[in-house]
Amino acid sequence: MSRQTALQVNNLRVSYMTGDREVKAVDDVSFSLYPGERLGIVGESGSGKTTLALALMRLHKPPAYIMGGEAILDGSDILALEREDMRQTRWSKLSLIPQGSMNSLNPVIKIKHQMADAIEAHERGWSRAQIAKHIGELLGRVGLPDSVAEMYPHELSGGMKQRVCIALAIILEPSVIIADEPTSALDVVVQRVVMQTLNDVQEQLNAAMIIIGHDMGLMAQSADRLAVMYAGKMVEVSPISAFFSDPQHPYSKLLISSLPSPEEKRELAGIPGSQPSLLELPSGCAFHPRCPLAVERCRQEIPLLRDVSGDRRAACHLVEDLAS
Amino acid sequence: MFFVVVILAATLNFIIPRLAPGDPIGAVLEELRARGAGTQSDAEDEIVAAYRARFGLDQPVHIQYFRFLFNTLRFDLGYSISYYPQKVEAALLRSLPWTVGLLAISTVISFAAGSFFGAMMAWPRAPGFMQRFVPMFMVLSAVPYYLLGLILVYIFAFVMRLLPLGGAYSSGTIPRLDLDFLLDVIRHGILPALSIVLTSVGFWALGMRGVMVTVLGEDYLTLAEAKGLPDRRIFFAYAMRNALLPQVTSLAIALGTVTSGAVLVEVVFNYPGIGWLLYNALRSSDYYMVQGVAFFLILTVAVSVLIVDLIYPLLDPRIER
Repeated sequence: MSRQTALQVNNLRVSYMTGDREVKAVDDVSFSLYPGERLGIVGESGSGKTTLALALMRLHKPPAYIMGGEAILDGSDILALEREDMRQTRWSKLSLIPQGSMNSLNPVIKIKHQMADAIEAHERGWSRAQIAKHIGELLGRVGLPDSVAEMYPHELSGGMKQRVCIALAIILEPSVIIADEPTSALDVVVQRVVMQTLNDVQEQLNAAMIIIGHDMGLMAQSADRLAVMYAGKMVEVSPISAFFSDPQHPYSKLLISSLPSPEEKRELAGIPGSQPSLLELPSGCAFHPRCPLAVERCRQEIPLLRDVSGDRRAACHLVEDLAS
Repeated sequence: MFFVVVILAATLNFIIPRLAPGDPIGAVLEELRARGAGTQSDAEDEIVAAYRARFGLDQPVHIQYFRFLFNTLRFDLGYSISYYPQKVEAALLRSLPWTVGLLAISTVISFAAGSFFGAMMAWPRAPGFMQRFVPMFMVLSAVPYYLLGLILVYIFAFVMRLLPLGGAYSSGTIPRLDLDFLLDVIRHGILPALSIVLTSVGFWALGMRGVMVTVLGEDYLTLAEAKGLPDRRIFFAYAMRNALLPQVTSLAIALGTVTSGAVLVEVVFNYPGIGWLLYNALRSSDYYMVQGVAFFLILTVAVSVLIVDLIYPLLDPRIER
């Protein structure tokens, strides 16, 4: 593909070093992100989604370490940047909508100061009046009244706090926004509205967005493409409609069949077993103990993420067989 | 609430000295007799009775109590028995500036330094040597301050002769407001202040370190870092700012209790403060003076807690006034 990417991640590996053992939380993950695109990343808890997001912002804390790979943003590898350059890159090119939006705002600082310091940290040379005007404008864009600027976080509801986080994320018009479970702390009604707001502001900016979550319904509504993570590896990346109509990886198939459907009443099929411990990964394909289609090759050989057809990729020996 | 505390304190204050064995008038006579003044005679009983009447000790206990309570609330703390006819409140007011000056300043220094060091000890990007302060602070906070005071006096005043042995100002000088006198007071204050600061800084530092570790794990710190804020801004406005809140509550309590806690420092350094006053009053069973000092100490705790209650909403907007 020759299209210009907003973010190109190649062979990223992040591990937690516990004692003398290495736990591979993100194992050889590669993907491209195009301007204006929304990429959903789904996976069970512990599949490495949040570790991936934090590593891209370089906010991972020991014992997590980036073991290799690169992430090209705006022509430079952000994983290799000096500390100060990385600080400047954060928020101006790459922003984050955090997972715990309830506690992501400093309880003792007014909203406007928490928004203004992000601008001031990046030396845009704006006057105070310009900053205040910009903040008011942004709050309006996420559907909040100007008065919120003068408030403290505890005076806002959960949905309002999340809107503040969204306004904050676009304050410097970044080219990539990482939304880490942006709505998981909200009730379903507010979830929809907040997600709609997020999608709107992202479209206005033409920013690329990574949405991390495990709510397949939300992904179906918002994402353009979907990536599935399992035990630290990306097992399938497909455009959203193709993913739901014709999932490639057996894990994706089981995920979709476990979703309730209004058309047919049936017993919901779960996925038997549970995700393996990253400390004791099974040999070969990490999914083979739970895979109904597993063959001998799956137990021995780790499948690579490969192009299946055009814009679809999957990491499964059986899918490769189909393609060849 | 504030007044309930004050009245309760006054009541306890009345009861406790009267539970102690010994009789103040007897103690004074005993002292006089030891000095060779006065003789055993029939007149002595009359003298004792006269003095008991003078101090109101001949009244029934409940009358004494209500009279005491009423006078206390007017801040009339009675006459000192051993320094008669000096009033207790006069002695208190004379000692107060020394104690407040010494203790308030050293406590504030200790609080500020301890909180900053504690915050740095928990800060992951602080220089590595910061970690080495942890055991040092632990050892220091275990040393009693009067013992450290004695060691400091021995080294700096007795052996090296750099600083005075004790007192609040050089004997022979007359207290007045000029630079020379001020420098003299500071020179005298260094050792007592140092012994208080060194032994209490660990308490603040270790407490701050604990709170700071919790605050550093908060989501708003991750977001602050994600925003690309400079380290300095994250450290002061996001981490330390929030970790200081519980510390301020402790400071209010400490400001009240250090006054009483410093009795021994004042004794070691011969410092003419409230502690010195209390020490002498206790030795001579001076009821009124002990009551006066104790009441005053409780009042300081109550007032400093009240002040913190009033300013806390300014520090933490989540607490409504």
